[in-house]
Amino acid sequence: MLKVSIYRYNPETDDKPRMQDFDFDTQGKDLMVLDVLEQLKAEDTTITYRRSCREGVCGSDGLNMNGKNGLACITPLSETVKGNKLVIRPLPGLPVVRDLVVDMSMFYAQYEKVQPYLQNNTPAPAIERLQSPEDRAKLDGLYECILCACCSTSCPSFWWNPDRFIGPAGLLQSYRFLADSRDTATDERLAKLDDPFSVFRCHGIQNCVNVCPKGLNPTKAIGHIRNMLLSRAT
Amino acid sequence: MVTAVTSFGRSGLSDWLVQRVSGVILLAYFIFIACNVINGVDYVSWKALYAQTWVKVFSLMAILSLAAHAWIGMWAVFTDYLTERLMGSTGNFLRVTLQLLVLVTIFIYVVWGVQILWGY
Repeated sequence: MLKVSIYRYNPETDDKPRMQDFDFDTQGKDLMVLDVLEQLKAEDTTITYRRSCREGVCGSDGLNMNGKNGLACITPLSETVKGNKLVIRPLPGLPVVRDLVVDMSMFYAQYEKVQPYLQNNTPAPAIERLQSPEDRAKLDGLYECILCACCSTSCPSFWWNPDRFIGPAGLLQSYRFLADSRDTATDERLAKLDDPFSVFRCHGIQNCVNVCPKGLNPTKAIGHIRNMLLSRAT
Repeated sequence: MVTAVTSFGRSGLSDWLVQRVSGVILLAYFIFIACNVINGVDYVSWKALYAQTWVKVFSLMAILSLAAHAWIGMWAVFTDYLTERLMGSTGNFLRVTLQLLVLVTIFIYVVWGVQILWGY
């Protein structure tokens, strides 16, 4: 029997959070963590978590499993369970709404700051703004982000300064538009980032790289932003 | 854009660059000192070493690097852990007080260092 321990907290009725233990029979199958949660929820319907696509595309079920952030739907038990124990907690650093559901407002506020949309005030061409295959290739490893918040909530700099440090997810998206050949707001974007917090609170510990379920590299993107800032500075 | 008035260079980029450059200078200085200490030193050889102008200049460069490095580093630590968000207004008071203490300490060490290098 797999020992599953789940973080429970209902701010309306509980004074403080607690861990609830379950014995779970995997029947020898290598289930995904989300499957375990679904089956436990069938027993105890009060267990609360977010989920949607169950295939690692929507980014809803970012959770902390045995101390490491990831998407429950694409994390097999064989990858995360050690010593027959599975501890499931909400993403660290964000306020808990209930059980495994966190309030992502601070995360989205930082995402909003980087203006994650294409800016180009030149007259639009008749068909579309073309991009060479080489320029398009620069966006690989950036556009795939699903905003699950696994990276930012594993980052100590984001834990301490979620209101000032943009965080790995926001910065990856920031670089996605800085690197886009069709975007003309590069200077304005960079000017907004040159303070001691927005980008430079990153100390390069690479927790973000370690947990990203899509295998992306925010630390590398942050390095590119830093170089862009450096080359435009005098 | 987040404003900051107590950071070393007021700009994240400048602080980052100063932190790297001062780090390299400090590394070079500590290697230099280690190389001299490893073979054993006595008063005469140590005094002769520091009698050379370039050693004094190099030492002052290391002291100033340490000052900048400490300022930037401690500022980063304080602004991580002692904030209004985490501790309320106590955080602001504690942070600014400690920053001031660190700055005064750094200033004293710099002046004292100059006195040691050129005073004897």
